[in-house]
Amino acid sequence: MPLDLVANVLIAGLLAGLVYGLAALGLSVIFGVVRVVNFAHGEMMTAAMYLAIVLVGLTKLDPLVAAVPVGAILFVFGYALQRGLINAFVTRPEYTQFMLLVAIAIILVNAQLMIFGPNARNVQVDYALDSFAIGALIVDKVRVYAAAAAILVAAALFAFFRYTLVGKSIRACADNYLGAQVVGLNVKRLYALTFGLGAACVGAAGCMMLLLVDVTPVQGPAYTLLAFIIVIVGGMGSLPGALLAGVIIGMSEAIAGLLIAPSAKSMVTFAILVLVLLFRPQGLLGKQA
Amino acid sequence: MNENSNPRWPKRRRILKAAAGSAALSTLGFPAIVRGQSATLNVGVLLPVSGTQAFIGQSCKYGADVAPAVLAGLGYSGGIRLIHADTETNVDVARSRAEKLINDGANVLVGPFDSGAAAAIAQVAEQKGVPFVINIAAAPQITEQGYKFVFRNFPTSPELVRNGLALMRDLFQATSTAPRTAVFMHVNDTFGQANRKAIDAILPTLNYLPFKVVDTIAYDPATKDLSVEVAKAKATNADFVMVVCRLNDAILLRREMVKQRWNPMGVISPGSPGMYEAQFYNALGKLSEYCISNVPWYDPKAALTKRIEAAMAKQFPKEKLMFHALNVGYTFEAILIAADAFRRAKTAESKALTEAIRQTDIKERMMLGGPLKFNAKGQVEGNLSAAIQNLNMRPTVVLPAAAAEASPVFPVPEYKRA
Repeated sequence: MPLDLVANVLIAGLLAGLVYGLAALGLSVIFGVVRVVNFAHGEMMTAAMYLAIVLVGLTKLDPLVAAVPVGAILFVFGYALQRGLINAFVTRPEYTQFMLLVAIAIILVNAQLMIFGPNARNVQVDYALDSFAIGALIVDKVRVYAAAAAILVAAALFAFFRYTLVGKSIRACADNYLGAQVVGLNVKRLYALTFGLGAACVGAAGCMMLLLVDVTPVQGPAYTLLAFIIVIVGGMGSLPGALLAGVIIGMSEAIAGLLIAPSAKSMVTFAILVLVLLFRPQGLLGKQA
Repeated sequence: MNENSNPRWPKRRRILKAAAGSAALSTLGFPAIVRGQSATLNVGVLLPVSGTQAFIGQSCKYGADVAPAVLAGLGYSGGIRLIHADTETNVDVARSRAEKLINDGANVLVGPFDSGAAAAIAQVAEQKGVPFVINIAAAPQITEQGYKFVFRNFPTSPELVRNGLALMRDLFQATSTAPRTAVFMHVNDTFGQANRKAIDAILPTLNYLPFKVVDTIAYDPATKDLSVEVAKAKATNADFVMVVCRLNDAILLRREMVKQRWNPMGVISPGSPGMYEAQFYNALGKLSEYCISNVPWYDPKAALTKRIEAAMAKQFPKEKLMFHALNVGYTFEAILIAADAFRRAKTAESKALTEAIRQTDIKERMMLGGPLKFNAKGQVEGNLSAAIQNLNMRPTVVLPAAAAEASPVFPVPEYKRA
C-alpha cells in the first residue's frame, strides 16, 4: 500500500477526529457537572449549523468567525433552557430527564424542518475546495482550519475551568454538590452557566462542522449518537477524554476505511465502544465510579 | 369519580359495544367494500421527501403533483385523489406508511424511489392485496418473488447496467478513446449492491469494452465524508471513475475529487441518479460539468412530455422539467398506469384493478422505450437509456447519436476554479 495514501488518510482521520472531539465536548461538559445527559445534543448542533447559515448569509462572515456569535446565542439558549426547564428535573429520576430532553430534541428537529425544510444546506467559502500540498501529502484546507479552531476552543475551555474563579466553582459543584452548597456557591446559577457553556461549545462545533458537511434537520440524532460514543469512549465528564476519543474514532474510521472497507467505518466505531464498555467501562480517561 | 354517576359520561358498556361492532365490521372487510365502490381512485404516493434522498423524493413528487391535471387533459375523467406519505428515506418507515395508506383507503400504491423501500412496500402490498406500481427502483429481486400485486415500470439493475455499459462503448467509440482501467465506487444500499452484482456478472462477459475494474469501493449511503474512499480510488491510478451513486454522496464525491486534486479521464455512471439532479448543479456550480450518467431518459419531443412540461410550468414556475425529468417522468407514468387501469376496470376494487394493471398497454409515453406493457412478472421491458453529460450546467443528451443534443466530451478537461 502506498505510504502517501496511508499518510493522507491518517491526517484526514486526525483532523476529522479533532472536530468530532469538539462536537462531543459540550456533551461531556454538561454531564460532568450537571449530571444530566443532553439527549438533544445533536439537534442543538444542527440548530447551530442553521443559525450559522443564516448569519453567514446576512453578514457574509466566515463560518469560523461566525462561531463566536453562534456560540454566544447557543450559550444564552442553553442557560435559559437549564434555568427555565431542566433545572426542575436535575433531582428527578433519570427517565424523566431522558423524556424531557428527547422531547426537546423532537421539537428542535421539527422546528428546523418547518423553518428550513428537509433539503441539505451548506455555506460556500472561498477556500472550500482548496488543499495544502506538502510533497505527496494533500491536506484539505477546510479540515485544517476546522481542526485548528477545535483545538483553540478546547484550549479556551480547559483554561476557563482551570484558571478562572467561575470555572473552579463549576468544578467544585461537579466534585461535591453538597459541599459547594455548604460553602455558599449558587449551584443553580453555576449549573445554568455550565449548560450554557456546553451549548456554546456545540454552537462552535456546529459552525466548524458546516465547513465539512451539509446540514439537514434529520441529521441531529446521528450527531447525538456520535457524541455519545465519543464521550463514553473518552470517559463521561472528562474533557481531555472527549478530545482523545474524538481523535481515536476519527482515525479508526479512516484506518478501517483504508484497510477493511469504507462501508465498515461505523462498524469499527461501535466495536471500539463495545471494547471500552467491556474492559474499561469508565472510559479511557474517566474516573472509576 | 364514578363514570356512571355523570349522565353525559360515555358508558363503558356502550363504548365496548361500539368497539366490538367496529372490530366486527373491520373483520368483515367493510373498509375494503367502501374502497372498492369508490368513484374516485385513491392513489397512495410514497416518496422520500425528507432524509438523505429528500431532494430526489421532492423531485419525484412534482410528477405526482402534475398528474391529476395532465390526466384530466388526457381524458381520464374518473377522479384521482393523491394521498402523499413520506418514507423519510427509511425502509421501516416506508413499510409502516404503506400500511397506513392502505388503512386510510388507498386503492393503489405508487413510489417509492428506492429499492430497499420498494421491497418492503411490496411485502405490505402482497399481504393486503393492494396493487403497487413502482416508479423508480432497480433491484431485480423485487419482481422475482412471484408477487401478484407488484408492478414496475423501471429497468432492473441488469437492464440498467447492460444499457449503461453499451453506452460506454458508444462513448469510447465516439470520442476515439480506450481507457484501460476503471475504479468502481458504489453506494452500499440495496440499489448499489444490485448494480454491483449486475456489473460483476455482466462486465466480464462483454468483449467490446477496453477497460478492467481495478478496485471496487463501497461506501455508506448516509456518509458525510468520502475523503478515505476518494484517496483509495485515486491511489489506484484508474483512468476513469465508474460510479453508482445517490445525490448527496455524488456531491461529496465530486468535491472530494477536487480537494484531492484528482483528474481522471471522467466520471461515468452506468445507471444511477445523482449527477443530473438540479441540486447537483446548485451545490457544485461549474464543478458539476462533464459528469456522465447513462440513465433511462425522456423523449423531449413526445406529446406527453410537452403536456407535462406545460403543467409543471403552470404549477411550479420556478422548476424546469429537464432537471427532474427522470423522476417526474417515471412517477407520472406510474400514476398514469393506475389511472388507465381504473378507467378500464371501472372500479377501484383491488382485484379488478390489479387485473386491469396487468393488461396495461399504453403507447403514448414520456420516457424513452417501448409501450407500457407488463410481462408475467409485472415488469415493463424495453425502457431505454441515454448518455447524459452535464454541459453548460444542464443535462444534455450526448448519446445515442440519433437523439444527441451535443457531442460527448471525453476525456474531460482538468478542473479549474469557477
